[in-house]
Amino acid sequence: MSATATSAPKSNADDSSSGDITDAVIRFAGNSQDGIQTIGGFLAKLAGRSAREVMTYMTIPSTISGGASIFQVHLASGEVLSSGDEADFLFAFYQHSYDAHISSLRDGGILIYDSDHVTPDLEDKRVRQVGVPITSTTIEALGGSAKDRGKNILVLGLVTALFQLDRSKLVSLIEGQFKRKGEDVLRNAMVAFDAGYAYQIGDLHGESFNLKAGAAGDTDHVTTDGNTALALGLIAGGVRFGAAYPITPWTTIMEHLRSELPKHGGLFVQTEDELAAITMALGMSYAGHLSMTGSSGPGISLKMEALGYGTMAELPLIIVNVQRGGPSTGLPTSVEQSDLMQAIYGSHGDAPRVVLAPINVEDCFHVAVEACKLAKQCSAPVFILTDQALATRIEAFPEPDLEQIVIEPTLATETRDENFVPYPLDGETRHAPPGTKMAGGKYPVVTGLEHDAWGHPNGSPEMHQKMMDRRRNKIIKLADDYPVSEVFGDDSGDVLLVGWGSTWGPIREATIRAREKGLAYSSMSIRHLNPLPNDLGDIFAQFKHVIVIEMNDRGMYGYGQLATLLRAKYADPRIISITKTDGLTFKIKEILQRVETLIS
Amino acid sequence: MDSANTTAEPEKLTKKALTADHPTWCPGCGDFAVLASFYKTLEKLQIPQEKIVTIAGIGCSSRFPYFVNSHGLHFIHGRALPLASGVSLSRPDLHVFAFGGDGDGFSIGGNHLDHAARKNVNLTYVIMDNFVYGLTKKQTSPTSPLGFKTKTDPTGAIDQPVNPMKKLVYGGATFVARTHATQVKHMMAMFERAIKHEGFSVVEVLSECVIFFPGAFDQANPRKGGEFVTIEEKKWDGTPEDEDRHDVSDNSAAFALANEEWPGRFGVYYETDRPTKNKLEQRWIDDMQKKVGDASTADLLKQRFAAMK
Ligand SMILES: Cc1ncc(C[n+]2csc(CCOP(=O)(O)OP(=O)(O)O)c2C)c(N)n1
Ligand code: SF4
Ligand SMILES: [Mg+2]
Repeated sequence: MSATATSAPKSNADDSSSGDITDAVIRFAGNSQDGIQTIGGFLAKLAGRSAREVMTYMTIPSTISGGASIFQVHLASGEVLSSGDEADFLFAFYQHSYDAHISSLRDGGILIYDSDHVTPDLEDKRVRQVGVPITSTTIEALGGSAKDRGKNILVLGLVTALFQLDRSKLVSLIEGQFKRKGEDVLRNAMVAFDAGYAYQIGDLHGESFNLKAGAAGDTDHVTTDGNTALALGLIAGGVRFGAAYPITPWTTIMEHLRSELPKHGGLFVQTEDELAAITMALGMSYAGHLSMTGSSGPGISLKMEALGYGTMAELPLIIVNVQRGGPSTGLPTSVEQSDLMQAIYGSHGDAPRVVLAPINVEDCFHVAVEACKLAKQCSAPVFILTDQALATRIEAFPEPDLEQIVIEPTLATETRDENFVPYPLDGETRHAPPGTKMAGGKYPVVTGLEHDAWGHPNGSPEMHQKMMDRRRNKIIKLADDYPVSEVFGDDSGDVLLVGWGSTWGPIREATIRAREKGLAYSSMSIRHLNPLPNDLGDIFAQFKHVIVIEMNDRGMYGYGQLATLLRAKYADPRIISITKTDGLTFKIKEILQRVETLIS
Repeated sequence: MDSANTTAEPEKLTKKALTADHPTWCPGCGDFAVLASFYKTLEKLQIPQEKIVTIAGIGCSSRFPYFVNSHGLHFIHGRALPLASGVSLSRPDLHVFAFGGDGDGFSIGGNHLDHAARKNVNLTYVIMDNFVYGLTKKQTSPTSPLGFKTKTDPTGAIDQPVNPMKKLVYGGATFVARTHATQVKHMMAMFERAIKHEGFSVVEVLSECVIFFPGAFDQANPRKGGEFVTIEEKKWDGTPEDEDRHDVSDNSAAFALANEEWPGRFGVYYETDRPTKNKLEQRWIDDMQKKVGDASTADLLKQRFAAMK
């Protein structure tokens, strides 16, 4: 994450004539059973192998058996910060794909449609239209019995030729993926790929868009999605045990941990519900392990009572919330950031805890590692707030320095001496997990009742106040060791855009656009949401407007959730708010227009 | 997973060593006898003190962990079992015990009970059933008999009560027994067998709440004019008498016993040998670890990252 705004990504190719381009947004629109996700996945992996940046965006169809679905890939030789407001290229597989997505193609963009299924509006001169009989070409290439399965790989061949991508790298990726499925499947895939690669696209014949590789150097980037990065970060940080219940979009984290943790001697349990899940994870923490649970929307609500217990009993626990649109079942496959207040204040009583939010896929890994460190440091629950967009999209990033990062967990059951005090009023929590011998002969009982330093129930007014102070202050203290907050752009100016979580990309790109126009905009994304970093006040003081951008509702008083917190903390009227809850990520244009309206 | 705590000679576990705070139960509460029997059983079995873990939810009976000098945890209402399961599954070296009442176990925690049973998690669960909510002062419990007047059913309970033995056998518990808090010898025998059983073992103790449901279990208390009838288990001796004895491995026979008229019989209703979740998970962990060799976490993660390039 560089803190300079000099490396603005090249805006899209000015016109669609062939030649070198540095940036392309390609949208594939079809049905999920056509395997359009596969095309996107291959392109993303290829980007990682050729020093190009990539960000993908996909929609999950609302029915399991298939249905309309898109996969958008934003490839560039420079920095990619969003999945793209508009597409430069649209591949439409069906009439409904064309109808629904033609408006997402920019002026002068190129539509490539399956002429076996789509009849475009030939009067539309806004875009260039190119028909390719994708279905019949696939059937012809593969022979009758294969029907049209393989269309996706044929299109991948077309794309490879069109953008002059590295054919041999793609072939090896295809081999890697299809070999496992058998020789026949691989042979068919290669036939389809070659047919697409060799296909002479009518109107575009002879044209190509040479998507340049990035600067030489690191060409073995990892390409993966946010949920996978987060799961790996948890393992690297020392999590070996956990429990959860499936719910979209959280589920892939638990699937991952369920199959990976045993390799590390750990265990992830699928429980009967979310109450049991957090409870079981707390049991694992009590037993001496750093453990975790997670969920989305409704499932997080169910965990709230036990979460408060984690604070009271001072047990380290990581809890991941992959946010989705709420309330209730809400918009299960859309993105929202409406659980911030819940993460900070949820559960009855005052139950302070840490809340962190990663800003991109790579950061999912690092925030998970940091969460492990903080949970152990303060012996309390640590929330990680990600969201649906981060969970599913693919990005490329350099492999983390694992030798430096990885923590091998240990079980601290060495005998405790006579002076063992689990909750000293002025010191760190000292948990003695079961199996520990107590030299003094007195064994500890961990409780959710208010208690004294030894853990004995004690509900006296003074004790409750002292313990409340203790549980709060140890969390506050963590902020002293936070890294310095980064401002993107200049340290002072007219506008500071402030975000958290997955809005980082669009906010950063909006900042770049504004600065290109000569506007004094800077931006920052807050990764530590509770407690907040100590240096925000000094940063805010250098700007005329501090505009908090988030994907949640303006509430009763006109401010989003983070804006409300920042206004409470700094009592600064310059802090204002841009919010939305349409289930979609912010577009660059949208941010710039709304900022302009707000400050003019 | 266990760290070595080697001492030359293990000290002898005594009732005195196990005694902690004086119980805060009402004088005469049945739970006192449950606690005393638990001490004595542990003393007999000589389980290393530091390996004993007592866990409970919320209720009068759920205050149990405070009164046992062992590692313990007093949790939230109804969720002792998933917590105890987390301890058991991640620390197979420990002896895990869960305690609670009828409301804690059959109402708010009813679903957890079914699933701990189904998964056959290796732990012992003691339910102190008083047919009423004690801590919250006399509301209807899931085991309150029809017609029992409470503050939430002033004209008498109308909902069909849970049959604990049936629920447990049906749920998949692999050791299910029923005893009475006034019958200390029998209670200790049940505790001992439950502890020795590998898997999810449950003992329901009819334990009187002398404040809110006095006399609830008199019909099975000889000192109150009742009759304490125990189950005669099969001896497999081929004698004709054995025909009529109870086969603990037969779940239809267990259901038949559970259908008997109040106050029914006491003893082991059901016991079977089924692999525990602990064992099955450990087998998987061992297989996976063998498959990856002795690779370090960093190496394993590097392999994962390599596959994503
Ligand atoms: C989530 C929640 N709901 C309700 C309560 C209040 N409550 C505490 S104990 C209890 C019932 C106790 O009955 P039982 O489990 O039978 O235990 P007993 O006191 O009879 O031993 C209730 C309703 C609570 N502590 N937490
Ligand atoms: S209220 Fe009833 S269950 Fe509770 S301690 Fe008193 S006698 Fe026992
Ligand atoms: Mg009760």
